[in-house]
Amino acid sequence: MTALALPGRLRAPGLLLMLAVMLGGFAFATRDFTTPGNLLNILLQSSVLLLIALPMTFVILTEGLDLSIGAVLSLCSVALAQTALATGSFMAALSVALLVGGLIGALNGGLVAYLRIPPFVATLGTLGVAQSLALIVTGGQSVTGLPDSVLFVYGGSVLGVRVPILLMIAAYALMHTLLYRTRFGSYVFALGGNREALTLAGVPWRRILVMVYVLAGAWAGLAGLLMAGRLNSGHPTAGIGMEFDAIAAVALGGTSFERGNGWLMGTLLGVLTIGILRNGLNLLAVSSALQVCCIGLLVILTFTLEAFRTQTP
Amino acid sequence: MTAAAAPSRPALPPELIRLLMRVAAVLVIGLALSVLSGAFLSVVNLVNVLRQAALLFFMSSGLTLVVITAGLDLSVGATIGLAACLAGTVIKSTGDPWLGVAAALSVGAAVGLLNGMMVSLLRIPSFIATYGMLWVLQGLTYTFMAGSTVYGFPRGFRQLGNGYLIGIPIPVLLMAALLLVGTLFAQRSVWGQQITMIGANPMAARLSGVPVKRRLILVYTLSGLTAGFAALVFLARLDSAEADIGGALTLPAIAAVLIGGTSLFGGVGTLTGTFVGALLLTLVLNGMNLLHVEGNWQPLVTGLIIIAAVWLDLRGHRIRS
Repeated sequence: MTALALPGRLRAPGLLLMLAVMLGGFAFATRDFTTPGNLLNILLQSSVLLLIALPMTFVILTEGLDLSIGAVLSLCSVALAQTALATGSFMAALSVALLVGGLIGALNGGLVAYLRIPPFVATLGTLGVAQSLALIVTGGQSVTGLPDSVLFVYGGSVLGVRVPILLMIAAYALMHTLLYRTRFGSYVFALGGNREALTLAGVPWRRILVMVYVLAGAWAGLAGLLMAGRLNSGHPTAGIGMEFDAIAAVALGGTSFERGNGWLMGTLLGVLTIGILRNGLNLLAVSSALQVCCIGLLVILTFTLEAFRTQTP
Repeated sequence: MTAAAAPSRPALPPELIRLLMRVAAVLVIGLALSVLSGAFLSVVNLVNVLRQAALLFFMSSGLTLVVITAGLDLSVGATIGLAACLAGTVIKSTGDPWLGVAAALSVGAAVGLLNGMMVSLLRIPSFIATYGMLWVLQGLTYTFMAGSTVYGFPRGFRQLGNGYLIGIPIPVLLMAALLLVGTLFAQRSVWGQQITMIGANPMAARLSGVPVKRRLILVYTLSGLTAGFAALVFLARLDSAEADIGGALTLPAIAAVLIGGTSLFGGVGTLTGTFVGALLLTLVLNGMNLLHVEGNWQPLVTGLIIIAAVWLDLRGHRIRS
C-alpha cells in the first residue's frame, strides 16, 4: 500500500476504542441494545449513509466537499418515486434516479474542475438548486403508493439476508476495488495529494475530478432508492442533513480534508460509529435533533484531538 | 496616487467601477419590476424591500468580515435560529425585552467566539468548523423549542422591527448606522486594515506582527454578534419564533456578501458592497414574489446567484493577473 494511506490507518486503534466504548456503554445503559434484532437494525439504518459516505470519501480525498448530497438524495428519491408511479417499471425508476444524481454530480464537477469554484461554495449553490427542484416537482408533498419492487429493496431478503446488507457489502467491495486496485483510484489520491504531478504526467485530471462528483451523485441516486424503500415514499426533504452524517463519518474515519490522506475502511467504521450512536441514543429516547448535536460534538472532538497531535512537535 | 498614473484618461478605481455596476444592476432590476408588476412601485412595497434588505444586511455584515479573511461562516442562519428562540423565550417569560436583547447578543457572540477558536487555534478549515456548528446549533434549537412557538411580544420590542422614526422604518435607520460604523471600522481602523491583510496574505500579516489568531477570533465573534442582532430584528418583525426560523437564511446571507463583490479568496470586500448585494438579492426575491413565482424556487435562484457571483469574481481575478 502507498504511504499516503498510512495516516488514516494510524487512527484505527482510536476509532475501534471509541466503537468499543460506545457498544459497551449502550449495552450497559439500555436493555434492548444487544438483541440480535437491534444489531441488525443498526446495520439496516446505516445502509443509506454508507452508500453516500463511500463516494463522499472519494470527494474529500480530492480536497473537495459535497454539501449538496443530502438534497440530491431527496431529489433522487422523489424522482424515483414519481417515475415508479408513472411507469410502474422498477428499472425505469432506478435509471431516472441514477441519471438525476449523475447530472447534478456532473454540474458540481464542472463547476469545481472547469470553473474552479471552491467545492464548498459550488455544492452549497447546487444544494439550493436540488432542494428547490425536489420541492417543486412534488409541490412539497410526499409521493406515496410505491410498487412492491421498490419496497423489496429495503424490506426484502435474498437467501435469508436482507437486501440492504447485501447492497452494503457490494458497495464497499466495489468502492474499495475502485479506490485501491484501479488507476482511477490512484488518480483520486493524487488529486488531493499532488495535482501538480497529474498535470505534469499529462493526466486529464479535470475529467477525473468531474467523474468523482458524478460518482457521488449517482450513488446518491442508489441511496435514494434505499431511502424511498425505507420510508415507503419519496419525500422532498427527507435527505436534508444526510450530507452532514456522511461528512462526519468520513471525518471520524480519519480521512483528512487536506492533502488526500485517507482510508476507506475508516469511513466504514465511521458510518458504524454514527449508526451505533444514533441507535443507542434512540433507545435512550434522545431526540433526533440532539443526536445531530452529539455527532457534531464528536466530530469537533476528533478534530481537536487531531489538532493537538499534529501541533505537538 | 501619483501624478504619473493614467496619463491618457483618468480612470476610476476598479473597485468603484464594480460597485457602480452593481448599483446599475439594482436600478435595471428595479426598472424591469416596475414595468412587469404594478405593485412594485408603491411606497408600501419599496419600504418593505428596504426593510427586508436591512434584515439581510444585518446577518451579512459580520459575515462580510469573515469572508474578507478568506473564511466562511455557514452557521449564521443557525445562530439566528438559536438566538431568536432563546431571546423570544426570555422575553416571554420575564417580560423584559432588554434581557432578551442581552440573551440574543451574548449567544451570538459566544457561538462566534467558539467558531473563531476552532478556526484559529485548532486550524479547522472554516467551512468545516462552522458547518459542524450549524448542526450543533440546530440540534440545540429544536431540542430547546420542542416543537413549540413563542409569540406575542411587548409593543415596545416590536418597534425594533415594525416601528418608524421620523418617517423612516427603524430597521433601515439601524442599517444605516451599522453600515457607517462598520465601514469606518473595516476601512479606517488599524484592526480593519489588519483583517484585510490577513485575507490578502496571511503569511505577510503574521510576519509584519499582526496578531492573526486574535483578529480571526474577533472577526468570527463579530459575525456571531451581528447574527444575534439580526435575530432580534427578525423576532420583532415576525412577532414569533419557532425552531426552523433560521434554516432558510444561510444561503441568502452568503449570496448577499458574494454578489456584493467580497471575494471568497480573501482580502477584497466592503460593507457598502454587501449593502448593495443585499438590496440586489432582496429585489430579485421580492420581484419573484410579486410575479407570483412559487416560494420553492427561491433556494434555486439564490444558489445559482452564489455560483454566478463566485464565477464572476474568479474571472475578474484572471483578467487582472
